[in-house]
Amino acid sequence: MSNTIEKRIELKAPVSRVWRAITDHREFGEWFKVDLEGPFVPGQVARGRITHPGYEHVTWQVTVKEMQPEKLFSFTWHPYAIDPDVDYSGEPPTLIEFRLEPTATGTLLVVTESGFDNIPAHRRDEAFRMDDKGWAQQVKNIESHVAKNP
Amino acid sequence: MSRKTHSPTRRNYAPIFSALGDETRLALVSKLAKGKPSSIAHLTEGTRLTRQAVTKHLRVLEGARIVRSVRAGRENLFELDPAPIRQVREYADVVSEQWDHALARLKDFVER
Repeated sequence: MSNTIEKRIELKAPVSRVWRAITDHREFGEWFKVDLEGPFVPGQVARGRITHPGYEHVTWQVTVKEMQPEKLFSFTWHPYAIDPDVDYSGEPPTLIEFRLEPTATGTLLVVTESGFDNIPAHRRDEAFRMDDKGWAQQVKNIESHVAKNP
Repeated sequence: MSRKTHSPTRRNYAPIFSALGDETRLALVSKLAKGKPSSIAHLTEGTRLTRQAVTKHLRVLEGARIVRSVRAGRENLFELDPAPIRQVREYADVVSEQWDHALARLKDFVER
């Protein structure tokens, strides 16, 4: 998909442990810094208060999409929606996907955030995929070129 | 009843992301980033695209305010405005950095 941010991280913990840390709402809340009202359920909204210092006034909200045990957890949200006076509901939501793969030493976690362009995935040109390095790098190259050649 | 406002800057990001999410348009932007305002004929040179196709892509970029047309005598030229590209890049950097922080906390959490 185009305009995707992708993060890959190696975790020294088994897949079952990582799965629990990202899908149990209390465990998720501990590292993500949000106090969730209830569990994650596919098709349902999950919300809570941000516990990150300075952002306690912010309500965090996502819509859970898929939960394939120990493989895939996904939800949609409005990224960086930290101003409580702003209604983000009219803005394009992005899709967050957590993909888990077992490795020799633990788990490879791949997190992608896509949909910044507000184009549904099925309408995208599948041949043109970009990740954090691809798309972002090209945009950076263009920008540095412009900065050097005003 | 409280009325919430829309953030004007954030709402402009999607069309910019969308306009840049195409290989042909990125190539046109790269070409324009290299120098002076260019004509459609010049931008079509060395590509396998028709003038019509190039024009169509330039209109998309113009709609997202990434390029603007300027008149030079009888010619219609296109030039790049780097500001929208800088804005989306900065925004993508912020989102990317937030993930780095969150995943570092997850790593500490599952490995302790």
